[in-house]
Amino acid sequence: MSGAEGFGAADEHEGPGDEEQRAGPPYEDGGDRGENGHTGKGAGGGSGQDPRQAGGPEPDRPARIPTPRASVEDGGRALPDLADPGDLAPVPLDLPHDVLKSLLGAWALAACSAAETAAVEDHLGSCGSCADEARRLREAVGLLHQPESLDLDPGLRARVLASCLERRPPRIPVPEWAAPYDAETARLDALLQDFGDAEWHAPVRLRWFEADAAQSRRTTVAGVIAHLLSVDGLIALGLGLEDPLAEVAGAAGQQAVGPEGRTEAFWRNSHFPPTRSVRGPWREQSHGLVRTVAFTGGHAGGLAVSYGDFELPLHDAMLDRAFECWVHAEDIAEAVDYPYQPPAPRHLNRMIDLAARMLPTALTRRRQTGLASPARGRHLGLAGEPGRSLRLEIEGAAGGEWLIPLDSPAAVGSADLEVAHVALDGVEFCRLAAGRIPPAEATVGQVGDREAIRDVLFATAGLSRL
Amino acid sequence: MATKDVPPRWDRKMQQRLARGEAAALGELYDRFASLVHGLAHRVLGDEKAADTLTREVFAHLWEHPETYDPKKGPLRTWVAGVTHRLAVQRLRDSEAAALPQGSGGSLAELERRVRRASVAARADYIVHSMPAPLRAALDLAYFQRRDYRQTAVDLGVTEDEARRRLRLGLQLLSTAHDAGTPPGAGGAV
Repeated sequence: MSGAEGFGAADEHEGPGDEEQRAGPPYEDGGDRGENGHTGKGAGGGSGQDPRQAGGPEPDRPARIPTPRASVEDGGRALPDLADPGDLAPVPLDLPHDVLKSLLGAWALAACSAAETAAVEDHLGSCGSCADEARRLREAVGLLHQPESLDLDPGLRARVLASCLERRPPRIPVPEWAAPYDAETARLDALLQDFGDAEWHAPVRLRWFEADAAQSRRTTVAGVIAHLLSVDGLIALGLGLEDPLAEVAGAAGQQAVGPEGRTEAFWRNSHFPPTRSVRGPWREQSHGLVRTVAFTGGHAGGLAVSYGDFELPLHDAMLDRAFECWVHAEDIAEAVDYPYQPPAPRHLNRMIDLAARMLPTALTRRRQTGLASPARGRHLGLAGEPGRSLRLEIEGAAGGEWLIPLDSPAAVGSADLEVAHVALDGVEFCRLAAGRIPPAEATVGQVGDREAIRDVLFATAGLSRL
Repeated sequence: MATKDVPPRWDRKMQQRLARGEAAALGELYDRFASLVHGLAHRVLGDEKAADTLTREVFAHLWEHPETYDPKKGPLRTWVAGVTHRLAVQRLRDSEAAALPQGSGGSLAELERRVRRASVAARADYIVHSMPAPLRAALDLAYFQRRDYRQTAVDLGVTEDEARRRLRLGLQLLSTAHDAGTPPGAGGAV
């Protein structure tokens, strides 16, 4: 802590000052200053938010001129001498030096009664040391600014990190497949930074598709973060890290499987509805995951992460979690009416690629569960052979083309056996895959086999889950 | 952010991880300090783009020279603020000097005044943000919400004596922004 000089001689009567400094929580505890409802920014610098901004003084104004204060009668203190009731001018109080000195801060801030102000000002004419301090404190008031509400450009992180890594290549890089997760968790965390209680408890409706029908579940912003924490925990488990569910849900948590089971277990077993306090554990875990996969690096990329009824290799699971993080960040942003941008195109492209790779299995499952008609036998090739395919064309900066084998996950997409072609925007495709847009309402350019197209669109929506 | 009670251990580990060349540590460093760095840079430079550029420079410096941080001399946050302050003031001086007409002694003095003003403002921001929460809360109430010290005392649930003491102490701390030529903790910055 700096500025100890400031205590100097001026503080000789007030020993407890130093103690205060030591006892007070450091600035770091930004998020939790419930005392006056002010939510400081964690790493606020000059860019803290302030809901009171509008009503406050201009940031650059000089020392404030004292404004009229409530009359001393409102102060709940002994009234000044009433010997002269007819006199409206404040009656200078006869206060001892120590008290006058202790009033200097309040005086500089124009936060004394009129009578006290008069007494202090009277005193300043005759006490050099108080006059010096008074001047100093007045000048200090001029340094108080409303914190500027500057939102950091979300793209700045990637630019800053890239330029650092170029100047000094890392010995332990973050694997490329973990970069989207790193970026998306950082973006969501930045969104959460300024949230007050009202935002944390804002209602959110989570939506997904199951058996071709729209499903939804109500929760809050904090509940969404608890959901991300619980499901990210699948990867933590896979990597041998601590399971966030163990603490909250105990034995019940250990039995819970899959994203939905784990989330429900978390929601059910936490003693209170989730609050902002869930942010710390979520962020700590997401940092921990990035850190750990950077160490295990290439070796662990193929490690299988269990989602209960299916598995994904670690690098795909990290991509899946990046995707979910973005989708839920959008849910949150929408709930509190903030703008939120899609991921960087190169990250979005990888997320689309993951969905495209998951589609053949999803199509098979549709047939197995009777949601789609059985595959057409004569087109069923042997594993690794070209099969009947749909061309998925994604437009935009994140775009590309994928040939989706329609009849078997083992088949290889083939341009020669293309039976249909759909074209849609990358973000639209992701919202479809996230269950945010019903397949019938997606804006899709389409040519070819209508049944194949319908199947693929419904299978895409079916990739979504709680 | 869950930065409550960040132990010095975190600072030390962070330094070791940066020194080891762990890219993930750089990301965490950014997540913790980007708004501090950007905010201070913006206060000194008064320009969004310039603050972005400076933020990049500061993190590059931290990443390239983690060994120049000495955990024994103070918290990482103070060091980061010190590096930011130094680089921001340097940049402001350079860019203002470049804009000066040749051989104008008068404007040079004006430049120094402006640099000093920006520097004090940034230091003041940092002091306000780092001061003990009770002091900051009292200043918030008395200055931004225009409560008098008795109301401040009620709001904070403390005695009137204590409210007066906090206001005075808070301003005393803040007034040290005028003192040094270097920012708090800048000594360990280079």
